[in-house]
Amino acid sequence: MLQTSLTMNRRKALMFLSAAGVTTALPSLTQLGAAHAQTAPAGQMVVGFSQEPTVFHPHLLHVECDEGVHYAIFDPLFDVDEKGEYFPILAKDVPTVANGGISEDGLTWKIQLRDGVTWHDGKPFTAEDVKFTLELMMNPNFQSWRRAGHELIEEITVVSPTEITWKMKELYAPYLAILASTFIVPKHAFEGQDLNDGPFNQAPIGTGAYKLKNRVPGDHIELEANTEYFGDGPYLERVVIKYIPDLTVMYTQLKTGDIDVLALQWITPDNYAEAQTIAGLNLELMGAPFVEGLSLNLQRPVFQDPKVREALYLATDKATIIDVLYYGVQLATESYMPQQSYFYNPNLPAHSYDLEKAAALLDEAGWAIGDDGVRVKDGLRLSFTCSTTAGNHLREQTQQFIQQSYKEIGVEMLISNLPPAVMWGDHWMLSQFDMALAALSLVSGPDPDSSDYLRSDASAAIGGTGQNTWVYQSAEVDELLAKGASMVDPEQRKPVYERLQEVVRQDLPCLPLFQHVNIRGSKVGVQGLVPNVNNRVDTWNIRSWRWA
Amino acid sequence: MIRFLLGRLWQSAILLLLVSLIGFMVLHLAPGGPMSRFALTPGMTKETLDRIAEEMGLNRPLIVQYFDWLWSLIQGDWGQSFRDKRDVLAVIGSHLYATLLLMGGSTVISMLLGGWIGVRSAMRQGGSFDYAMTIFCFVALSIPTFWFGLVAIFIFSLWLGWLPAGNMITVGDGSLGDILIHLILPTIVLALVNVAIWARYMRAATLEVLGQDFIRTAKAKGLSPRRIMNKHILGNALVPMITLTGMQLPTLLGGALVTETVFTWPGMGRLFLDSLGYNDYPVVMGLLMFSAILVVVCNLLADVIVALVDPRIRLE
Repeated sequence: MLQTSLTMNRRKALMFLSAAGVTTALPSLTQLGAAHAQTAPAGQMVVGFSQEPTVFHPHLLHVECDEGVHYAIFDPLFDVDEKGEYFPILAKDVPTVANGGISEDGLTWKIQLRDGVTWHDGKPFTAEDVKFTLELMMNPNFQSWRRAGHELIEEITVVSPTEITWKMKELYAPYLAILASTFIVPKHAFEGQDLNDGPFNQAPIGTGAYKLKNRVPGDHIELEANTEYFGDGPYLERVVIKYIPDLTVMYTQLKTGDIDVLALQWITPDNYAEAQTIAGLNLELMGAPFVEGLSLNLQRPVFQDPKVREALYLATDKATIIDVLYYGVQLATESYMPQQSYFYNPNLPAHSYDLEKAAALLDEAGWAIGDDGVRVKDGLRLSFTCSTTAGNHLREQTQQFIQQSYKEIGVEMLISNLPPAVMWGDHWMLSQFDMALAALSLVSGPDPDSSDYLRSDASAAIGGTGQNTWVYQSAEVDELLAKGASMVDPEQRKPVYERLQEVVRQDLPCLPLFQHVNIRGSKVGVQGLVPNVNNRVDTWNIRSWRWA
Repeated sequence: MIRFLLGRLWQSAILLLLVSLIGFMVLHLAPGGPMSRFALTPGMTKETLDRIAEEMGLNRPLIVQYFDWLWSLIQGDWGQSFRDKRDVLAVIGSHLYATLLLMGGSTVISMLLGGWIGVRSAMRQGGSFDYAMTIFCFVALSIPTFWFGLVAIFIFSLWLGWLPAGNMITVGDGSLGDILIHLILPTIVLALVNVAIWARYMRAATLEVLGQDFIRTAKAKGLSPRRIMNKHILGNALVPMITLTGMQLPTLLGGALVTETVFTWPGMGRLFLDSLGYNDYPVVMGLLMFSAILVVVCNLLADVIVALVDPRIRLE
């Protein structure tokens, strides 16, 4: 963790970022099995969130902040730590081909479960609960938020209360990562109840380190220690997730001491310099899985010319945007893959800001300056509209800044921003934009698969299902994605995804600006916080949070 | 009186129906929808969103959805929140208490203080007190609440450390004393503007009464100034205040959006903003109907009370 008294320049910040995972390694997280002599949970911690968690059923449609509570109440079979390594929670071991948990062909899975685990209501946890959870995702009467991966399961057999096996229709490597974010729910809580609208939604029962004690709508959620927890922790008697919608107000409440940890949506970059001068605060720079970039709709004729895309990238002054608009906090990147990921390719060609080269490239491609100063080729003006969430000031300033640079090379960029509900509705999903400034996470969790975003048939605009809103079509990408998903060994998969990043960097369906870095603040004395790019929620290891 | 009430009831029913129809249509015609905020969730597909929208009945024809909603409402079912699946009335109820505490306190303060300032200013129109108060009202009405709230937090919480920087309770406490301490800052910030509003109305009403013939008569009769004030001026000047109260009451329960945001007060104003932001149609419609009913009822109440208090007014 970083003491705020240190003055940090950008280079140090970057070094810190890459080292953060190592230096703050958690004691005993990976040894959940070992019996620890542990002190009774004590004290209270108030965690500020700028969005309100409202959905406690982990398999109904929900957003990131809801998972902040899910991690406290529920457990998955296993999870992924900050180094990208899997560790068992409800399972005895993480299944691999080596330990026989996954068959050679990747189709048969066998998982041994931990014995002696109880639900918050005292009932025993068994393999029946795991079976119920996996089946619930595919139940046609249930409004399941995600079926990807689960739909490949063919038959589930409960061998004994502590052993479960299933067969899969095909080898699908990302399923391990999907299971790592699949929280197990108790079968008995749903018996005779409406699956979508039962009492479970307001009074969730899990196996997790904390129990939901109380929710004051619009204000806070109170969690209390599960003293019967089977693993290491919890260390706190009570955790309060406090909802503070305004980021300035949330930052003020960290300063006044009303909250102990400023989490989700974090400290804004403009307050970073001041925050470093405040005694009694710890700040962490955490790499997030989101990469900010200019998404291009490749259906538009202007963007179909690869030289245009390259010229636009050359004309985008990334360094100034990061340094001036984002106070140097964000991490310049060439890849869609988070830099903390095991699969990140650090050897991609570096971006340079070069207006002359950009102009020359456009000249070469036959785009000549027209009468109105805008380039034209075959009657097509090099003009397009850029849109993003209205009211996001930093993004709006970024647009205006880029607009000026583009103008200098004879490219007309118009700006038309939309309220969030409109922007991310059909406008985004059905690729109705020309260019969109957005932060995307192409990988979900620790697995490098991004088929949903990159596969040629994953565009809703052309009748597919998925989030390939760039309408990016590449045979090589499709091939690499299929290859990567059919291999289990991370070492074998790594070169495939490195090549994939190369292809995407070259084709530029999206001009990458930077990887998001979040600034988490906490009071001195708060221990156990670990940034984890593989887990998008701050509270992924809340079971280990404690006071010094 | 009965005929008047029946007539008003009939009018109100039609008014509420119109409000609901327009509200429902405008809400649904706005592009986007309840599913859009899930679009950027990693791993989300349009297929999943479409499937869930279908299961929630969101892709039925609008008119069917409207009458479905209306019929449920008439039967007393206000629907369920999309966000947390609780009943809309329960959602509203849970925020009503916080808003009542905040708005109740500040309204009482602003009515008493504003009333006193208004009457005093009018009695010595053009005097130094009147002059000072006119400037105060002007400033109070011009200060943006958001800014004033943050300045108050800066001074009293960060700098002096006397008062909490927001929230309704200290988690785990919630005793009366705890709530009162948390109430001080937001109440003062909110009351500041309202004092100015009430002072200006009261001043105008008092001035109007002062110019009436019966005040001159009372003075000519040789009544003491105190008696003139209590019996003749106040009684008459307060009648328009009843109507004003009737108009203010719905806003009182509607919450104070800005103040609630600055002080993280879990009231109705923030509920409305959050629900709108999440396209939580059932709650937004519920809040709309709730405020519409309040406006109708409070105005009716004010009319009836004015008629009871002031014998010159007859309800027809």
